[in-house]
Amino acid sequence: MNTRIKKATRHTNQSEGLIFEKSSPGKRAFELPPLDVPAADPGRALGKVYRREGVEGFPEVSEIEVIRHFTRLSTWNYAIDLGMYPLGSCTMKYNPRVNEFVARLDGIATEHPFQPQELSQGCLKILRLLEKCLLEITGMDALTLQPAAGAHGELTGLLLIRAYLEKQGNPRKKVLIPDSAHGTNPATAVIAGYEVENIRSGPEGQVDIAKLREQVTPDVAALMVTNPSTLGIFEQSIPEIAEILHTKGALLYMDGANMNALTGVTRPGDFGVDVMHLNLHKTFSTPHGGGGPGAGPVAMKKILEPFRPVPILVEKEGGRLALESVRPDSIGRVKAFSGNFGVLVRALAYILAYGPGVRQATEDAVLNANYIRKNLEGVYDLPYSLPSMHEVVFSDAKQKKNGVSTMDIAKRLIDYGFHPYTTAFPLIVHGALMIEPTESESREECDLFIDAMKSIAEESASQPELVKTAPHTTRVKRLDEVGAARKPILRWKPGGSRSEAAD
Amino acid sequence: MRYLPKSTAERQQMLAAIGKKSIEELFSSIPERYRLRKPLNIPGPYSEEEIIQYFKARAAENSGGYTSFLGAGVYNHLRSVVTDAIIQRGEFLTSYTPYQAEITQGTLQAIFEFQTLMCQLTGQEVANASMYDGSTAATEAVLMAERLTGRQRVLAARSVHPEYREVLRTFAKNSGLQVEEIAFTKSGTVDPKALQGLLKDDVAAVVVQSPNFFGAIESYGALAAAAHSCGALLVVVITEAVSLGLVQPPAEADIVAMEGQSFGLAPSYGGPFAGVIASKDKNVRQMPGRLAGQTTDSEGCRGFVLTLATREQHIRREKATSNICTNQALCALAATVHMTLLGKEGLREMAGQNLSKAQFALGELLKVSGVRRTFDAPFFNEFTVELPKSVKLVNAQLVREKIIGPFVLGTAYPELTKHALVCVTETTTRAEIERFAGAVKKALEQPV
Amino acid sequence: MAYPKQYRYTKDHEWIDVKGDLATIGITDYAQHELGDVVFAELPKPGTRIETGKSFGTVESVKAVSEIYAPASGEVIEANATLNATPETINKDPHGAAWLIRIRLTNASELGGLMDASGYEAYISAKGKEAQA
Repeated sequence: MNTRIKKATRHTNQSEGLIFEKSSPGKRAFELPPLDVPAADPGRALGKVYRREGVEGFPEVSEIEVIRHFTRLSTWNYAIDLGMYPLGSCTMKYNPRVNEFVARLDGIATEHPFQPQELSQGCLKILRLLEKCLLEITGMDALTLQPAAGAHGELTGLLLIRAYLEKQGNPRKKVLIPDSAHGTNPATAVIAGYEVENIRSGPEGQVDIAKLREQVTPDVAALMVTNPSTLGIFEQSIPEIAEILHTKGALLYMDGANMNALTGVTRPGDFGVDVMHLNLHKTFSTPHGGGGPGAGPVAMKKILEPFRPVPILVEKEGGRLALESVRPDSIGRVKAFSGNFGVLVRALAYILAYGPGVRQATEDAVLNANYIRKNLEGVYDLPYSLPSMHEVVFSDAKQKKNGVSTMDIAKRLIDYGFHPYTTAFPLIVHGALMIEPTESESREECDLFIDAMKSIAEESASQPELVKTAPHTTRVKRLDEVGAARKPILRWKPGGSRSEAAD
Repeated sequence: MRYLPKSTAERQQMLAAIGKKSIEELFSSIPERYRLRKPLNIPGPYSEEEIIQYFKARAAENSGGYTSFLGAGVYNHLRSVVTDAIIQRGEFLTSYTPYQAEITQGTLQAIFEFQTLMCQLTGQEVANASMYDGSTAATEAVLMAERLTGRQRVLAARSVHPEYREVLRTFAKNSGLQVEEIAFTKSGTVDPKALQGLLKDDVAAVVVQSPNFFGAIESYGALAAAAHSCGALLVVVITEAVSLGLVQPPAEADIVAMEGQSFGLAPSYGGPFAGVIASKDKNVRQMPGRLAGQTTDSEGCRGFVLTLATREQHIRREKATSNICTNQALCALAATVHMTLLGKEGLREMAGQNLSKAQFALGELLKVSGVRRTFDAPFFNEFTVELPKSVKLVNAQLVREKIIGPFVLGTAYPELTKHALVCVTETTTRAEIERFAGAVKKALEQPV
Repeated sequence: MAYPKQYRYTKDHEWIDVKGDLATIGITDYAQHELGDVVFAELPKPGTRIETGKSFGTVESVKAVSEIYAPASGEVIEANATLNATPETINKDPHGAAWLIRIRLTNASELGGLMDASGYEAYISAKGKEAQA
């Protein structure tokens, strides 16, 4: 490895067994206050349904063992708190700690969704302010904060479209989806009861207007577009796209995953989008936590407002807020209770920290991406030359000549102390390297990333084997994914040998 | 701005390095007429302290200082401070989905442990890495049953959480699923005759909940036998996971959809929680969501990876088992830490305290003239009583005494006009229970 | 690996071996190579009807799923049960031990449109040149 790269490695080399392997009967990590009422006899109270033996196999360890076990596990993880994640379309930005603090306040974390609404005005005000901010940011007319994630939001959005078209007499049959789309888009369309029809991207990686004109028939309910596209490029013809759809009575759905390029600079509602979702765990800084929780609010134009999922936040006389569940045209409920409230709190805290200055975050994100692009052009193949916004997509075409693929380069990047970029997506670029630094990266971190990528390109030419067998510095080497899929072991079972946890 | 690690000078240098004069040039691909020329009309910027003050002010407008007897799918349980100490570690909090296994073994091993704990609790063979919540897990379980059986009719007990049934109906509409409801008996459990009357060989799933929305515990044996005799699958929904400390798990179920909120997750006005789907090994390829599997690396060291990914949206796209991508990983981690802290004995003890306190509360309430127990099935920490007066009116009185009263069953079950669903957990003290009973008595004695 | 002369081949890389009104179907060496390490095959149950050109199952690697398209119409008599335990046979012996299904043909005349071994070899070699272009 190039010795002038000074990035600390972060993985300890210590192995750690499963918590079940550390158990010993009778140990406990948590004690309850003593029972202050007569003890019920479970046998008598429950009869046949009494689980006499307790939960077999449940761990039995002490508090310090719990702390050590999970602390050790945590040290095996890369995280934003440790360094950059150049993952395209993930927007891995800093997760502000004040967000964690306020979400945990007594009176915020403690509220029950069924408690009287007059005792929940604080929660409802939070929801109302977040709605107002997100409407201002998106330029739309109405919002729902219910969906628990982006995919959930996509589904809600498509159900809104379906309800709207159904009310007009015909829900229609198909949804058009660009071949550059994220996998949740087609999966969602099918669940919403639509057929998916692919629309091929043009030579610049944008929606092909001519093809769109052909493909928007009376059977088409909507086009799902991501803007900027998954190539990080702004869809210049988006107003035309909206027009083509609208003249045929179809709607424009926008996947808001890439809002980090647009916030404060432009608004989807202004350029013709009818309905869109936001990913609060991307653009709005709520933490990824290893895979969620997120939130996927859906913003829409007035025409879709009557169909919003319940409950709806309304303002009553005297400024009192309430949640109402009786709405005749509503698509119904998409989740129990009222959205991932704790995530919504964090997103609002993020917005309040920036205020209108959130535009600066967008500008820095776009600046970082372009800085990286400029420095790696020529080093990696750039399949689409239109200007990048907050992310840039290269391909492994140059390195493939020596048999080195985007996956190999990604694994080698780990040795340089970074998390890999997004590999093999979008599908329209063979051997894609999708890079999104976000605004949270300093110039120094960007430079380190650029240096690492340049070094790996050199290695791909002069020592391809080194790259193809990476990573070399992690506690575990490349894991056997084939074996894991052929003979899935999806849980621990007693009786397994401890020697399986080989160091 | 404190979240942006650049000085003005650095921005200028970077612009110069890429040959641009201003940041505006980088947005030239956005048509001029759509570019905002004035700042967004949103509050801020706030300092850290101002953010805290804002939320503290909101917190003060909520239910601080009140004692609650609400359950109905969201439960107040003790949560150890150790859980937050773990999940607040940056390596867990700010880590990404573990697609790059070599640098996310912490998350992956924790998921593997979560999957194991869920199997142990529910008596099932395989569980996934989490769903959004119990309500969407229940819906996904039904869709899974549809794929497994190829059938379109679903029988859902009325005693399943009303909001869960609403969510199911929202999504069933577009899958061509037909959802019909099964009545409940005077005991509060699923009516076997009603079920028998509806069962035919076109049923994909029979969906029941236990303890059910009335607090009553169902017996799975007969329900499973009835469903299976027609080739239908039994889907069991569980909203109060702590019950599994003392109540027999639904091993006879084909799919279990559970809410994990009771394990270490604050009520948080309804979310984020942790849905669980668990089933038999033979159904695994129809399961939605992520799965962590055990494997070895090239040197024989044990490790974990996301596996069977071909079921999921990023590979299977329109043929995926679900569209789910982001799930509730950190919540599942919190539940894992919590369950590990409780351990076998702690869970048993916690469940025992719930059972005892609920029994005590029922006893205290029955001493109040006019209060009657409804449904005689065994219960865990929730039970239904009938009052001689409207529950809404009684609750309005209770609020004046800083008590949040029980769930008004009439809002979801029009025939249960004066019935209330009372929840008592290990967090409710004896004194609070006695005060509650006293307040109910006082409210009933008030002239209407 | 050689392409058996008595088999016929589709553009989607399936092979079919016809004996009277019975036929055996599998995927070709080219297909298994493109897929990578096979982890699972989803095959239809006996009694299922399959139709020319329509998908009747899938073969999966860790990161991809390939639909398998019927070279001819018929009724499934048997699916290769050994592939459950050892899906890797598809990589090792795609033309032999890793046959996927056996069917009873309903329309033998459909087979006219399929390529013979040398035709298929020319087809995949042209594909290879195209990929390098």
